[in-house]
This record gives sequence, C-alpha cells and structure tokens, in this order.
Amino acid sequence: CKHRSHISKYIFVVSWYMIFNLTELLLFHRQEIMKWNGWGYNDSKFIYNKNGQAEFTGKRYRLSGMIIPGLRDWMESTFGATVQHKTPATPVLNTSAVQPPTLNEAFVEGIKSTGIPFSHDPEDRVFRSHGHCLHEIFPLREGKVGRVPDMVVWPKCHNDVVKTVELACKHNVCLIPFGGGTSVSSALECPPEETRSIVSLDTSQMNRVLWIDEKNLTAHVEAGIIGQDLERLLNESGYCTGHEPDSMEFSSLGGWVATRASGMKKNIYGNIEDLVVHIKMVTPRGVIEKSCQGPRMSTGPDVHHFILGSEGTLGVVTEVTMKIRPVPEYQKYGSVVFPNFEQGVACLREVARQRCAPASIRLMDNEQFQFGHALKPQVSSIFTSFLDGLKKFYITKFKGFDPSRLCVATLLFEGDREKVLQHEKQVYDIAAKFGGLAAGEDNGQRGYMLTFVIAYLRDLGMDYFVIGESFETSVPWDRVLDICRNVKARIVQECKDRGVQFQPLSTCRVTQTYDAGACVYFYFAFNYRGLSDPLHVYAQVEHAAREEILANGGSLSHHHGVGKLRKEWMRETVSDVGLGMLKSVKDYVDPNNIFGNRNLL
Amino acid sequence: MASRAVYVHRDPMLKKRDDFEDILEERRHSSDLRYALKCYTPVLYKGLSPCRASELKSMVLQSDQLQYVINQVSKEMGRTAEEVQAEASTILDEMAHRLQISTVRFFAFTLSKIFKTLFRSICVNEEGIQRLQQAIHEHPVILLPSHRSYMDFLLMSYVLYTYDLSVPVIAAGMDFMGMKIVGEMLRMSGAFFIRRSFGGDKLYWAVFSEYVQIMVKSGFAPVEFFLEGTRSRTAKSLTPKLGLLNIVIDPFLKGEVFDISLVPVSISYERVLEEALYARELLGVPKPKESTSGLFKARKVLSEDYGSIHIYFGQPVSVRALAEGKVNRCQFNLTPRHIPRKPGEEIQSFVNDLAYRLVRSQEENMVLTPWVLLAFLLLQNQAVGNERGMSLDELTEQAAWVRDLSRQFGAFLHWPDQLPPSKVVSSSLSLHRGLVRISDGRVQLMPHSAMTSEEELLNRAVIILSCASYRNQALHLFIRPALLAVAIQAASSNKKQEVYNSFSFLWNMFSNEFILCPGAAVQDFEEACYLLVKSGALQISQQEILVSGRGHRTLAFLANILDPFLEGYQVRKSLANRDIGRAWRIKQNCKQIRYFLTKLRFANMPHTLRHLARRNIQCSSN
Repeated sequence: CKHRSHISKYIFVVSWYMIFNLTELLLFHRQEIMKWNGWGYNDSKFIYNKNGQAEFTGKRYRLSGMIIPGLRDWMESTFGATVQHKTPATPVLNTSAVQPPTLNEAFVEGIKSTGIPFSHDPEDRVFRSHGHCLHEIFPLREGKVGRVPDMVVWPKCHNDVVKTVELACKHNVCLIPFGGGTSVSSALECPPEETRSIVSLDTSQMNRVLWIDEKNLTAHVEAGIIGQDLERLLNESGYCTGHEPDSMEFSSLGGWVATRASGMKKNIYGNIEDLVVHIKMVTPRGVIEKSCQGPRMSTGPDVHHFILGSEGTLGVVTEVTMKIRPVPEYQKYGSVVFPNFEQGVACLREVARQRCAPASIRLMDNEQFQFGHALKPQVSSIFTSFLDGLKKFYITKFKGFDPSRLCVATLLFEGDREKVLQHEKQVYDIAAKFGGLAAGEDNGQRGYMLTFVIAYLRDLGMDYFVIGESFETSVPWDRVLDICRNVKARIVQECKDRGVQFQPLSTCRVTQTYDAGACVYFYFAFNYRGLSDPLHVYAQVEHAAREEILANGGSLSHHHGVGKLRKEWMRETVSDVGLGMLKSVKDYVDPNNIFGNRNLL
Repeated sequence: MASRAVYVHRDPMLKKRDDFEDILEERRHSSDLRYALKCYTPVLYKGLSPCRASELKSMVLQSDQLQYVINQVSKEMGRTAEEVQAEASTILDEMAHRLQISTVRFFAFTLSKIFKTLFRSICVNEEGIQRLQQAIHEHPVILLPSHRSYMDFLLMSYVLYTYDLSVPVIAAGMDFMGMKIVGEMLRMSGAFFIRRSFGGDKLYWAVFSEYVQIMVKSGFAPVEFFLEGTRSRTAKSLTPKLGLLNIVIDPFLKGEVFDISLVPVSISYERVLEEALYARELLGVPKPKESTSGLFKARKVLSEDYGSIHIYFGQPVSVRALAEGKVNRCQFNLTPRHIPRKPGEEIQSFVNDLAYRLVRSQEENMVLTPWVLLAFLLLQNQAVGNERGMSLDELTEQAAWVRDLSRQFGAFLHWPDQLPPSKVVSSSLSLHRGLVRISDGRVQLMPHSAMTSEEELLNRAVIILSCASYRNQALHLFIRPALLAVAIQAASSNKKQEVYNSFSFLWNMFSNEFILCPGAAVQDFEEACYLLVKSGALQISQQEILVSGRGHRTLAFLANILDPFLEGYQVRKSLANRDIGRAWRIKQNCKQIRYFLTKLRFANMPHTLRHLARRNIQCSSN
C-alpha cells in the first residue's frame, strides 16, 4: 500500500551495511548460526586468503566477499602483527571441559510440568555463560570454560516468565536473564561464589510485536525481540523505532531496557529511556507495571527508572510499549574532514549548541580515520581510484591538511528530502567555520559500516596476537578534548609500564552529542607477543583507563552499563546514599537474590 | 609515627650521578660569534600548538579564567568590565616576556666572553641534558634551579642554548625591570616580571596565573622559576615558596595536560660572585638596588677568579606519578574549572611535600668542593676560641677524615683523588685567599688587623659569614646525623625512644631552619640512624642506641655543626624572656636583636654574632 515505497527505500538504505536474514535468531540453539567463541555469525569473518590479502567472508554484509587490500599492512604497521605469528582459536567446543550441571530437581520438575522448553546441553549452557568482554572471549578461544549456567529455559510469553520466576523463588535457584548476549560489562558472567543452581532465562522466544497503535504511534512488543527483527517487523507496517545501537543485529529490547541503551540516531528518536512508554517486568515480588500509557506523569519518582539500567538484578522485562515513527522518506550520509581533532570537537560543540545535530554525528580521531581508510574495499575501477587520489591531493596538498592530524566526522541525515538537504547545508556551513571540508557520502557510509564490522575485526586480531576492546564514557563539553588526550596517553603509558612490547592502538571518537556534553568511545588494542599473562595486563590497563576517565570528569558508563566489570566504582559514582537507595530497592524486590547475577551493586 | 612525606629513604651511596662536561672548553677553542649564530633548532613539546609570544597575550586576555575574574572584579568594584579588562592588559604588558631568538644570540655571545674570564669551567651533566630533551618532547617542563646568584638564570638559558634546547621563560622579580635596557634585554631573552607582593590583588593574581598556565599548557617553552623565591644569601636552602608551584601543577590536576615534568637543577659555585655582598647584606648593610649603572660598577668582579661552576640537571619528576593516590582529581568534576578557588588541604599538603622533595633533590645534587669541608673545620676551630688557627698538617688530616665521612653520607664531593690531600687543601686555600691567612704553617680565618677596631670587627664578621656560607652548602648532608648527635647528647638515657623524643624536639625546633620535610621526622630519624650505623659511629639494637669507640669523634664533629644554630636560638629565647610584658612582635624583636648584636660585637663572640645577623635578616624579610 502507501507505505510500500518507503519500506523499499528504507531497506535499501539500511541494508547497505547489513542484509537482514529473517527469523534466524529465533532459533533455540543460536550457536548453530553464531560463533560460540567470537563475535557474530559463523559465516562472517575476516581472514587472510590464499594470496595473503584480507577478505571478509559470507554474504550478509556489504563488505562480505570483498578484498580489503589495506588491512594487512595496517595490521602490520599498527600492531606489528604479522601473518607468521598465529594464535588460532579452538574450532570446536570440547564439551568434556564443561562442568556437569548442578540441577535443582524440584525446579526442573516444575519447569517440565509447565511445558516451558529447557535444556542442559553443554553447548546451550556455554553459549549463555558470557558476554563479549575480552576476558570472556579469550579463554573460550583457548577452549577454557569457567562457571556456566546449569540449565537454560526458553519461556515463550509473559506468563511463562511469571511461572518460571515463581518456581525459582519456590526452589531457590538463581536466575540470570539472557537477551542477545552482547553485554560488555561481565554482566552475564556466572558469579563464581554462587552455589545454587544457575538457570539462564533466555528471552529469545518472546519475540512478537503484539500490537501497533497508529493513533498514538506506539507498539507493544515482547522484550526478547532482537533489534533487527523489531525493525524489520515494524518496517512491514511502515514504521520504525529508530533505536539503532551498534549491536542491534544481536541485542534484544529487554537488554536495551536493562542497560539503558543508546542508539546511534538518538538525536531524532531519543535513547531507550525516551522511547519506552510502558514496561512490564516480572520480579520475585510480582509484576511491576504502570496503570496507563500517559506520555508523562508526575507520580513520584518514575518507577521505570528502577527498571531501566537494573541489569537483570531485579527481574525480567517481558513486554514493552515503545514509541514508533513512520519510516523516514529520505536518508543521506555525509562526512566532513577537519584539519585536526580540536577543530572537529569545536564544530560538534557548535552543532550541539545550535541544536541542529543530524540523526547521527560522529567524530573520529586521526588514528581511526586511518583505520577506516585501511578498511576500504578494493576499488573496482581505475576511475574511482583516480578520484580518490584526487581527493587526497586536494585535502592534503591544496588545503594543507596534515594527514597525520586530520580527522573526519561522519553524518547521517534523515527525514523529508527537502528538510534533509536544508539541514545538511546548515551543518556543513557550521563545519566550514571550523575549517571542515565536506568529504562525501562514501566516507560517511564507510564510517558507519566500521561500527558493525569492528567487532568482527577483533576476532581477526586475536588470530594474530592482538587483543583489544572498546569502552565508553560521557563527559561535559569543556572536558572532551582533555579526556580524549589524557585517556589515550594513559593507555600508551600503562602499556609501556607493564611491558607491552609493541606500541598499542589507542584511539577515540566522539559518538553522541548532547546539550551539556558528549559521549566518547575509546578503542584500545595491542600486540601481546612476549607477555606471559596478556589478559591480566589488558585488565590492568583498562582499569587504569577507567580511573583516568573518572579523574577527568567522565562518567562510569554512557550506555554499556556497569555489570560486574565496573561495579567497584559505583559507590563513588552515585554516593553512599545513592547506593543505599538502590540496595534497598533490591532488598525489597528480591530479598533472596533470585536474580543473582550480582551486577551493579 | 606515620608519615606522609613524598620522598623515600634510600641509600645515598647507591645514588648514581652522571659525569660532567665542561662547556667552556669548546668556547675557548672556537669562534663565539659562530656559536652565537649557530643553527638553533630545539626539540619542541609534541603537543605544542605553535604560537608566537605576542599571541600568548590575547590567549590570556580571552581565557575563561581571566574573563571570569574580570567580571567579578568589575561587579565588586563597581567599574566597567572594559576598564578592568584594560587594567588586566596593562598588567600583562608589564609582566610579559618578549622572547626572541636574536636577543638570545646576543646574550650567548656576550656571556661567552664574560664567563670565560670569570670561570675556569662550567660543567654540565650531559646525561641530564638528554633526559631534559626527552622530557621537553614528552610533556610541559618546569625548570627549578637552585638560587645562589644572579648568574643562575643567565647560566640556565646559556646552557640550554648551548645544548640546542628550548630557551626557558623565566619568572623574575620586578626589581630587574628597573634596570634600564638590561631589563628589556632580559625580557627579550625570556624573562617575565612579577611583583614581589600582590597578596590581595585578585586581578593581578588571575593575570599572572593564567599567563603562566597558558605557557605551561601550550608547551610554549619550559617555564623556569626559583622554588626558594629569592637568592639564598647564606647558601643554605630556603624553605620553598609554594605559589608558583601551585600555579604550574594546576593544569595537571585539572586534566588540562597529561603530565608535567619538574626538573630540579643544582647550580653550585666554587665562589659565588656576590660572596662579600651577601655577608654585608646579612650584617644589615642594605642590598644595592638593581640598576644598570650598578652593574657597570660591579664589573671589577671580572678581574677575579671564581673557579668552576657545576650544573646538574636532575631526574625529571613526573607530577602525575607523585600525585597518584595523593590527590583525588575528581574534586574538579563538579564546578567549572575556570572558576578560581583555593586549593584544598589535600592539594596544599601535596604541593608542600612536592616542594620539599624538589629542594632536597636540588641539595643532593649540589657539587661540594673541598673548600666547603675546610670551612667546617676552620669555623669549628674558630668557635672554640683558638686564635692561633690550625696547623696545615692538622687541617689536612681532619679534612681527609671529613671527606671520608661525607662520602659515607653520600656527598656529591668533587675531590680530586689523584692528588695528595695536602695539595688539595692548599689549592683550595689559595682560591679563597681573601678569607684565610697562612703564616708559620698555620691557617687562620683572620685578615691582617691593621684597621680601626670597628671596621676590623665588621670585616671579621664578613669573613666569618662568607665562610659560613660555604659551610652551609654542605649542611643538608650532615643535618640529620647532626640532629641525632645532639639528641644523643641531650637525651637522658640511650633508650631509642628517649633519643627519638629528643631528636623530634630538635627536629621540630629547626623545621623552619633547614629543609626538613613536614611530617617526616620519623623518616629523618631513621635515615640519620642508618647513616651513623653505616659509618660505624653507632650501634643500634631494638631498644638502645650506643656510641661506638670511634664514634665519639664523628658525633662531636656533627654536634659542633649545630652549635651556632642552637646558640642563636638561645640568644633569641633570652631576648624574649627579657621582654616579658611587651608584645611579641617580629619588628620589635628585630630591633632588639640588632641592639643586642652591637653589644655582642664588642664581646667578641663572632659565631653567635654571625648567627644573630642571619636571624636578623630572616626576621626582617618575614
């Protein structure tokens, strides 16, 4: 009908970086299509092919099947990681390395009687025992498995969850909700001190869009739905949520709520806390939900905010009513090159001051710009490569930009075609005041693609002695430059002090702008050849980097959450009283610590 | 007995020191003009945002910090912001340097000529220079030289230019600005001028601190200032002044730079140019005002031999490393960083510890000449009233003994071991022949006494004070063991705790007299014990401290060192007692001391007199 044309356009644009593959993630045994010891789909990965060139395999992404000529050189020059020094991962899980499950027979009987599917197959359990922190993935690659859940259950609806939680309370088992498994805060790690039977509550079967309300522009959705499925299903009716966290291929709606997720296009659609209208959560005390869907209420502290960011410590989010928007008519990427990072930040600040940020605006530093360059796929025609050369000449020679200092902002505009073009002009005009030069749609698009493939790239690194990770913070505007400089320098210094033999990659980008500050993302990786305990060194450096962030006025987390990785800083972050408030909520809602993942507090 | 001092107790003998190179050597063999015009391409700070000296000014005036204070001042005083802004601009004009390379080259040329006539050599540790070069590249650098002479900052810039390092910008007292032409020349070679006191002037403080901080943050050039605030007239390190140190480390604490390197520099003179001038100043003869004509009059110093200079560039100190665990930088998270506020207790105590640590490392790397040790012996001999002086042989024997002792204490002693001690002693004596007389094989501190008695007395005092200044150069070496030696004498038993109590009493009493890091009494006690046990003077068990057979000589020597200071304090105390009923006010106290001093002059108590004179000066400078 009338939405058809929008849909096709939208799918065309989004699929630039991913081609949706329907309903795959609804599988019970996700390990059949996804890596058990790495990121993403089994069929998609970076490899060095027969000719020694980097290639991205599979068919799912725009980059799939392409040769990336610059990547190998970049790996060698950035990390000193050569093809001779390989550290391949264990290909198959050795199930005998997995502890036999500690089952609570009464609970198992109870679940059986409800008819909720469950499993204690080692592969199912291992897959749900971790998120994607380096220290979670690295041992798996070596075939080492720590404490894993003893059992997995797949409730299919809200009522199934109610039954499961009741049984868990009755028989005192520990429940750990599992959505997409993309956590990077050790939130899914089973606490080693937990002696009860641990049950992973996999929400993936609760994946229906229950209704769409076109009058109020809301949709009521089961919380286990994966981001890309939600978007696809809404698109079919001509709508979208606009919530696109970098992990949206795999992360779930319930996970977004539980971690206070943030999406790339929050400038238009808002972050998850702006998007939810109603939440239903099952706790050991019962079900918590509001009685109406009023757009704003003055009814004491917003109880939604006990749920948002509760990180699975209070209960399981089962259903969410979310705002939806018509699929935008037009999308346009863009990019701006700045002579240096300082100018870039000044430009972003001005854009935020004028409140004219596009759907997404991100500023990469020089290292990341070069990284993005290394990921350029092979160009098919001489003409394109000639054009690229011409651009480079114009920017570095004619405009006098120093290639080792320049940085690039990537932009995404969305909306009516006319408004987009108008908006685009406004932003480019501001950029020009800060020495920024428009650098084309291609560069912008490639910048966003990077977001989706960078997680795959870490697996390639780990094949060749390189370990790394990203972490994020939010910080007031006047601190942005200082925090970027100091945290990057701290990482380099800590690596040196701890005996890392190679220069680390220490880079950052500003990924979100707000009225009063920005979100900054750091990437950090190094070649660990010559280190006896690389994970420990990594953890120490990351710890130091977080200390540096806090000392520079940055927050503990912008959207990754606290989990167990960062909970040592919670007290200083929210004060004694603040922590006490959270504790008392936990004590009231879950006095027996049924939701015992021990995150946050 | 917990201590929060920054520095740690280490074995001084293990301290490795670099070798020296004489930079005048090359100047004597090649063209000064070519040297002054050489290609000069110093290593720059890697994060440098290139700007000219003139641009600094507008950066300062437009800074959030200054704008905030300007608005504040204009509200408080009911003046328009433009007026206040104009005043800030005037202050800045008066203050700012106008560093330009041509003037630096001019100085390089003239100073080469002057230094070659004045000094035998200017020795610099080149490894220190390399470390400095590295430091300049990595982080903003603050140079902290010791301050014994006007020469210090000229020398520093000269040395840095010679080694192709960035010429520093230097915080100088306003006094120099009074010098015609020379003041401007100094300005163009990197000096910026600050008023001696501006306590309550908010605007001045804001302009000044922002000016310095912008230079630190931008990495424009190394910033140089003297921790001691002023030249030490007695060669004894002065307790550090914290104002500028606070200002320069602020950008680190606020996260505006990743780190700051503080580089202590020890400049030791075999003979200080201002030797006699200082002694007279200490006796109450006013300091001649800095003036260009005065400078010309002083050119007669050019005809004398001032021996060698040793400049030791110490290990750069990372503010970040030292602040780790001591200062919580989060304290700046909740107010905008440009709003000025007083540093909290935590920061104050950190800066204080830091300053003491730096002064101590200046002291440790001071090169001591044999003459310094001779000064100890000659003064001690003088103090016991031995008018006939010491025999040359006895002096030589004792000198060799003190040499060994001081080496055990970790002295940075420049004693030519290849020569027999008698040669070393006699050549030192001859360099300082203005202060000693040798007749019939005996060494005396007295000049010929052919003058009227009052003038003679003054001359005597000058000589003793000059001599004391040399002795003071090595005080830091002996001060802790000396306090322990006196404590042992004073303690009622040899119980360790008793000795510590008496040590701690003395330590507290002298904490403003010597560089004793606040709160480090325990560490200092342990260090003193360690040194004296190592040198064989003491045996220490769990409970007791025993003096060994050969330890008595050491302890007597050490205790003697403190004698003049103890006496000085006694005199002051007796003065205070006499004045019971009168308000205790420093100014009055000074008057009294001066009066008492005249009386003592005639009582011929030169060592007390020497000490009193010094107190006198300290009081008046307070």
